Amino acid sequence: MSLPTILFWILAVISILSAIGVVVAKNPVHSVLLLIVTFFTITGFYILLNAQFLAVVHIIVYAGAIMVLFLFVIMLMNLNASGEPQKNNLVKFAGVVAGGLLLIVLVAALKKADTGMLIQGSTNIGLIQNLGKVLFKDFVLPFEVSSILFLSAMIGAIVIGKKD
Amino acid sequence: MPSPSYPTLWPFLIYGILVLLLAGGMLFISHFLGERHQEKETDEVYEAGIEATGTARLLFPVHFYLIAMFFVIFDLEAVFIISWAIAIRDVGWGGYLAVVIFVAILVAVLIYEWRIGALNFGPQGKKILRAYRHKIKGVNHNEVVDKQNN
Repeated sequence: MSLPTILFWILAVISILSAIGVVVAKNPVHSVLLLIVTFFTITGFYILLNAQFLAVVHIIVYAGAIMVLFLFVIMLMNLNASGEPQKNNLVKFAGVVAGGLLLIVLVAALKKADTGMLIQGSTNIGLIQNLGKVLFKDFVLPFEVSSILFLSAMIGAIVIGKKD
Repeated sequence: MPSPSYPTLWPFLIYGILVLLLAGGMLFISHFLGERHQEKETDEVYEAGIEATGTARLLFPVHFYLIAMFFVIFDLEAVFIISWAIAIRDVGWGGYLAVVIFVAILVAVLIYEWRIGALNFGPQGKKILRAYRHKIKGVNHNEVVDKQNN
């Protein structure tokens, strides 16, 4: 087995275990911490796939910023371990059925998917330098428009948050 | 499965192993060299003697969430600026102009936030100070008048 294959299997095992832990953990803060572990392993996959920009974004935005939001939501909602209401069996059963159906749909869709179109071998489009080149040469206008989007998102957050 | 041709991984692996060794080594060594004692106040939250009241699981003010939102958005902007900084020699002055406009819009957002007071936290210190000064000034004013009369 080559080095990337070994790394892939190690990362796969860690990511699946920690993802199960996210669902199983009773304490929501533990769920968040395990989700961070999952994100880090997914970052490892991105690096194995030569997609470094996605890896950086995943660490900075998902493991950094989005997780901060999750933690804040947990603290805002004040989810104590004792205060969490016990769900009855009907809800649990409905959840299992819905999740199983989603799994069936996903597996069926992926089995039908045509993998012949995929480019074999490594591409360099995921490198940060190439992405920067494309972004600042061919897609300058969408890039500037995205800053307007950030502006509107920020103002929206202020308007919603400062309702006192 | 990863494709057969893959990026050079060994620097990254060495880096990861070094990080694990450093963190593990610090925990391991401090476990043996650290001072351990068990006194009356050792298990208190603040060993200095302040007694903790209540739990830490309070309801947070929603203002913290606003700050977290700002963090997310500025973080995303940092990602874009990173992609520019790595490709800086390839994109030239056109890219520089693009990123300057981008940062200028960000600065406008920051000024807006600042002016509207979205970054202010807790009690309004300036207002309290002004009220206090007003009160003091009232007292001082009388004294000055008294001195002039003398």
